[in-house]
Formats: sequence, structure tokens, C-alpha cells
Amino acid sequence: MNFLARLVSILLALRTVFRARPRQPEDEDDAAQNGADAEYDPSEREVPNNPSAERLVALLLIVAAVFGFGFLAVYIILQTNAQWLGGTMGGMLVALAVACIIAGKKVVPQETHVESRDRLLKEEEAEQVVEMIEEGGQGVSRRGLLAGAGGVAGAAFVAAAAAPVASLGPRLGGIHKTQWHRGVRLVDDQGRPYLASDIEIGSMYTALPEHGEPEHLDAGLLVVKLPPDKIHLPSPRQSWAPQGILAYSKICPHAACAISLYRYPTFQPTSGPPAFTCPCHYSTFLPGEGGRLVFGPAGRSLPQLPLMVDSAGYLRAAGGFHEDIGPSWWNVHRGES
Amino acid sequence: MSRLERKADQKLRHFVRWNEQRVGAATGIKMAMRYVFPDHWSFMLGEIALYSFMVLIGTGIFLAAFYSPGDSQVIYHGPYTLLRGEQMSEAYRSVLDISFSVSAGLLFRQVHHWAANLFVASIVLHLIRIVFTGAYRKPRDLTYYVGLLMLMLAVLEGFAGYSLVDDLLSGMGLAIAYSVAMSVPFIGAQLAYLIWGGPFPGSSSFLPRLELFHILIAPMIIAILITVHLALVMRQHHSQFPGPGRRERNVVGTPMWPAYALRSIGLLFAVAGILFLVGGLIQINPIWEWGPYHPYLSENGAQPDWYIGWLIGALRLMPNYEFAIGNHTIIPNPFWGGVLFPMFVFGVLFMWPWAERRLTGDHRRHDLLDRPRDRPVRTALAAAFLSWVALIFFVGASDRVFYRLQISYVGQIHFWRIAIWVIPVIVFFLTRGVCRSLQRSGSHPLRAWQGVVLQRGADGELRLVDVSPDRDTPPDTEEPVGTVPGQEA
Repeated sequence: MNFLARLVSILLALRTVFRARPRQPEDEDDAAQNGADAEYDPSEREVPNNPSAERLVALLLIVAAVFGFGFLAVYIILQTNAQWLGGTMGGMLVALAVACIIAGKKVVPQETHVESRDRLLKEEEAEQVVEMIEEGGQGVSRRGLLAGAGGVAGAAFVAAAAAPVASLGPRLGGIHKTQWHRGVRLVDDQGRPYLASDIEIGSMYTALPEHGEPEHLDAGLLVVKLPPDKIHLPSPRQSWAPQGILAYSKICPHAACAISLYRYPTFQPTSGPPAFTCPCHYSTFLPGEGGRLVFGPAGRSLPQLPLMVDSAGYLRAAGGFHEDIGPSWWNVHRGES
Repeated sequence: MSRLERKADQKLRHFVRWNEQRVGAATGIKMAMRYVFPDHWSFMLGEIALYSFMVLIGTGIFLAAFYSPGDSQVIYHGPYTLLRGEQMSEAYRSVLDISFSVSAGLLFRQVHHWAANLFVASIVLHLIRIVFTGAYRKPRDLTYYVGLLMLMLAVLEGFAGYSLVDDLLSGMGLAIAYSVAMSVPFIGAQLAYLIWGGPFPGSSSFLPRLELFHILIAPMIIAILITVHLALVMRQHHSQFPGPGRRERNVVGTPMWPAYALRSIGLLFAVAGILFLVGGLIQINPIWEWGPYHPYLSENGAQPDWYIGWLIGALRLMPNYEFAIGNHTIIPNPFWGGVLFPMFVFGVLFMWPWAERRLTGDHRRHDLLDRPRDRPVRTALAAAFLSWVALIFFVGASDRVFYRLQISYVGQIHFWRIAIWVIPVIVFFLTRGVCRSLQRSGSHPLRAWQGVVLQRGADGELRLVDVSPDRDTPPDTEEPVGTVPGQEA
């Protein structure tokens, strides 16, 4: 209650601060501002006699023509050479520009002219417009009814006109589905399946679902291997990293860029733990701790995919993602942590 | 009059009469030819925007004749050997072909890209000029709102343009745009699905939609808004700075015909010429180096075109806060930097004329511009606001600072999260102080060097001499304003 009272008093104080000052007259006349130089007339007209400037302009026009024909020649002979094409076309235009500006300043009459401004608001005419509009409604008795019916019709028109916007895209139905489920093999971007023995500590691998659709946002995975002492997964995920191999969605949960930076510490005592960093807004996640965010704007952890190694030694998904991958939206499945 | 001139005179008379007999526009033509443009260098900024828009239309038509918005995956066999055999979208291949196979294609693509950068830059500088000189006041507030709408559209239009290429860089940009759309509370996911035609990277109708927006809808709206903007300018006449004979109710300057028309056409040629020189000689967005986009790929050190920089700065600066109730996300993080921040900036700009009227009670019509120093509070507020947006813009390049200068990225972000709030406050008080002291001194730092210098006179004595050009004391009289401490007898 005390808080509410204080809030109200702050709002009242703000209102006092921002209260509109009283209107000053809107009259368009400015007699008061004209001051001492009200009589001063700056009009002047100077007719030039400047043959050297005229010769210079003619010369520049010829230079422009030379550049223009040069462009034609370059276009016919060199065709795709942007430097020569741009140089000649630009040269022509710049020569034309200088010619026009010199002509405007030195060759033609120089004039300073005073024009008066229209008074925009003419009281009588404004009043006449109001009256003419109102006269159009003379003799109409059921104004309220007509305005109400018009409003309903207008709303119906807007709704009917706007409805086809829904054709632009599908409903959100499959938004939680991904291509990853138990048994899907991890392959590289050439379609070769990954063996668990391919994954080395200190490197980062991009994996895609076998026979999947690589152009979908959910396809890309980051795969890394960490020594056991660097893996501190939450307890429900203890079995997700066979042989210390971990897989995460490659798509940053902040703004859907593919994560492409992997920091692996070389000097133990001073470096931080192994981390993924997104190159777009530098959200940084720890693969050893279930994708926990340690820096940057991402609002949630990097989704982890449980892995298993099959009898032939290939890496396979041991299940689907437990939370939504990609950028967050209203009511996204965030996962537990 | 020579025979040639007499003939030209006859031809002209014949042409004007021919036109009058059909159109009867002499009154209008006379008015247009006598239309007065007040002179000030800063009035060129809007013209530069208009002329770069013309260059954009011209080069854009050429590019549209070759661009193909297909998303089907094809194998590249073109002349650029490093990408041969690479799988890519049809759209990306068509832009590679524009760059390597179409005659003058690369020139037009690079001129188009440079012109887009210049277009937005000149609009922003024009806006800054308008705000600092109070040109947005009645009756030009309407003109100002139309201009703000054009700026918003220009930013969107530029983003749509470089996103059409479907190279790695533009694909990452679209992924971020998709995430920003998703982050809108309640409706975001459905909104993104409607725009993209399904989950990212979208259905095969997405690139055609983007092309439709880029080459028809946005340019058409911008062209209509330019027409309204210029019609309003003509109806009210240009504003002007105060000066001899210049009053609220008149406009003093150069008539359109002939001097101003020649100078303005000269500016058009200059803008186009510089764009063609730069577009021909200086590489921009070498898309063949980025490679094709696939959602599972990204590139390090990616930077957008400059006018998106303020948004990437805001996205990078934002702490990882999301508004959630229990385990339910209500507002995902990209909303703050990607939606709320630009909405706030444009909201402030849209409110500015109304807020000033309300706070000062000044509802009069103004046709004379203010010198920034004469409105210290407005100038200081605008400078503070500008510095806030500009700092966030520069934070977008913090990774380049780390890369070049080895200053910790994490440390920079922690620093800027506080500094972007502190520095604008300092800028406010500094600007207000500078304005007030300039008002008191009446000096013109931009017009001429001025101040007090130490001079040794013929008698060997050191004196402090005021050499400001527009003081009451002309500099040549060299009247001493004081002596050097320690030199006094």
C-alpha cells in the first residue's frame, strides 16, 4: 500500500513537471520579430561577363564527352572490368557536375531574390471548409445510427481484407519437432557418418542428421570430446556423453546464428573452461556443464542432444532434444536448468 | 543578335507557344522558375539523399533484370573457380553471375550498394541538421514525420536488399531478423512464420516476397513519401537561417532559374559521379568471399551494413535478461535490442516536435531556423540522445576493437553497459555549457579562428591581444586586453 501511494505521488510529481505550458497565441504574424532590418532589401541581380569561365565549362563538357565515349569503348572491349567502367562513367559524371556548378556560379546571372511566404491558415477559408463539409450532412436525421453502421461495416471490411494475410504462412503446429530422435546417425557435411574414434579432444565438429534435411535450422550439431575431469553435466544427463563426446545444437538460442567459435584451454591454470561462442552477439556456452551460458545476451542454455555409440562405433542420437532449439519465442520450451 | 541566336529564339518561342496552347502552364512555370532556394551548405544533405535514391532506382532496375529469387539448390559452374562445384541457392548463383558474367554487372552492383549506404547516411545527417536547427517546428512537423517514415523504410529497404543475395553474411542477418520477429511477445512465432512462410530459413516463397518488398513495395512507398515531402517543402518554402533582410514571412535566396537549377543538377551529377567512381574503384560486399549460406554455417567477425550497426550494438550490449514467469518465456531477449530499442529511438524522434510545443508553450509558426547555441537545452538534449544512439552503434564494433587492439571483448561490454548511460549525461551538461558560453561570447568557432594571442610588441613587451573577428574591437587595432603575469612593471 505504501509502495502504491509512493508510486502515485511520483506520477503526480512527474505530471507537474511535464504539464503543458499555457499556449501562446498562434498568430502567424511576426511583426515583433522583424526588428530593425524590416526595411532592408537584399535583392540583387548581377549579369556576368566571364568568357574564361564559359571556355572552361565548354572544355569540361568536352572532357565529359571524352569520358563518355571512353566508357563505351571500355564496355565494348573490356566488358566486365568494373574499375575502368566505373572510372570512365564516374569521370564523365564528375566532369558534367563541375561544368554545371561552374556554369551556375560564374556563367549565368547571379541573383538574390526575396519571395514572401503564404499565410497558410486563412481563418475565413478554413471556416468555409468546415461549413461546406457540414452542409453535406443537411437533412440527415439518424446520424448516430449511420455512423454506428458505418463503423461496423468498416470493421468488417478491414477484417475481411486482412484475413488473407494468414495464407502467407503455416500455423505453428510442428514448431517443437526436430529431425533428431533415437538412432539417427551423425554425419558430416559430405554425408560421411562419424565414428566415435574420429572425435578428438580440442577440436570442434559439425554434424548433420543422416538422410535428413541439412537446410533446416534443427539439423546442425556441435560435437566435441572433453576429458572426464572437465565434464560436469547435470545428474539426469550423466549418460548423454559416451566416451566424453558431447553434442549440442549448433544454432544459438539467442538469434539463430550458427555457433562457430570453440575455445579450448591450452594453459590450464589461467584459461577458462572449454567454451562455445556465437560469432553474432558473442553468447558463450560451456559444453562441459550442459551448455550453461556464461556470457552474452542469450536467454537460455544451449540445448544438448543425448548421444550413444553403436556396436560398429558410429555416433548416434540417443533421443531427441529435451527443449526447443533455435531462437526463443513466447512460451518456448526452455528445459530444466 | 546573330542569325543562330535569332533562330534559337524562334525555336524556343515556338516550343513555349506549342506547350501553352495545349497545357496552359505559363503561370506555374513562371512561379517555378522564380522559386527561391535559400543558401546554406546543410540544405544539400536532403538533396544528396534524393539524388542517391535516383541512382538506386537506375542501378536497381539493371540488377533486377538479372536477379533470380530461387531457393532451390544448384551446383555452381561459373567463371569464379574457387566456388566451382559448390552447392548454393539459385539466388546466390544469380548474384555471382551479375558480378562475374554480366557486362558492367559488378559495377552496377557495387554502385547500388554504395548508393544505399550514402542514401541512409545522408538521410541521417539531414535529420541531425533538422533537429539541431529546430526545422521540425510548425509548419514543418508534418514534413519531418514523413521524413522519419522514409528513414525507417530506407533502413528496412537496405536490409532487404543485401539479404536478397543469400550469401553467408546475409543468411546470418536474416537468421537474426527471424529471431527478432520471433521475440515479439505472444504473436512473434506466428509473425515470423507468416513472413518466412514457415520455420527458418523459410519456404521457397520467402525470397520472392523479399524481392517484391525490395524492388516494388518499399521503393514505391518511398517515392510517394518523397513526393509528399517535396510538395510540403514547396508549399511552405524552405526554412532559412536568420540574416540581413531575412524574416519569418519571407524567403531570401537564389531563384531556381538559371543559377540554382544548374547548381542542383551539378550536385546530381556529382553524387552520381562519385558513386560511380567509388563503385568502380572501391570493392564493397565481395559476396564470393563469404560463400553460400547454409543454416549450420557462420562466419567470424561478421558486420552488417553501417545502418544496421546500432541494432547489432543493442543486441550485443543487452544482458541475458528474458522476461519469464516460472518456466514460461514471455519476452525473449532479442526483443529488447531488436524491437524495443529502435521503437524507442523512433518514438522519441516522432514525439520531439509535440514535446517541445508542450514544454515551451510555443505553438507559433516558425520559418526562421535556430542556431543550435541559441537553444542550449534543446541542443544539449539532442546531443545527449544522439550520443546515446551513437555509442550503442559503436558498441556493435567492439569485436573489431578486440581484434585490432586486443582489448578484452567481455571487458568492453561490461564497461559500455554503464558508460552508455553516463556519457550522454556528461554530453548534455557539456553541450549546454558550450552553447551558453558561445551565446555570451558571440564568437563563431566554425567561421573563423578567434581568441587571444600572445604578441611581442615593438617595445619588446609581451601582450595578450584579442583577435576575434566579430568583436567590437577589430583585430588590426591590436588593443591589449591584458598583460602577461610577471611582465607587469
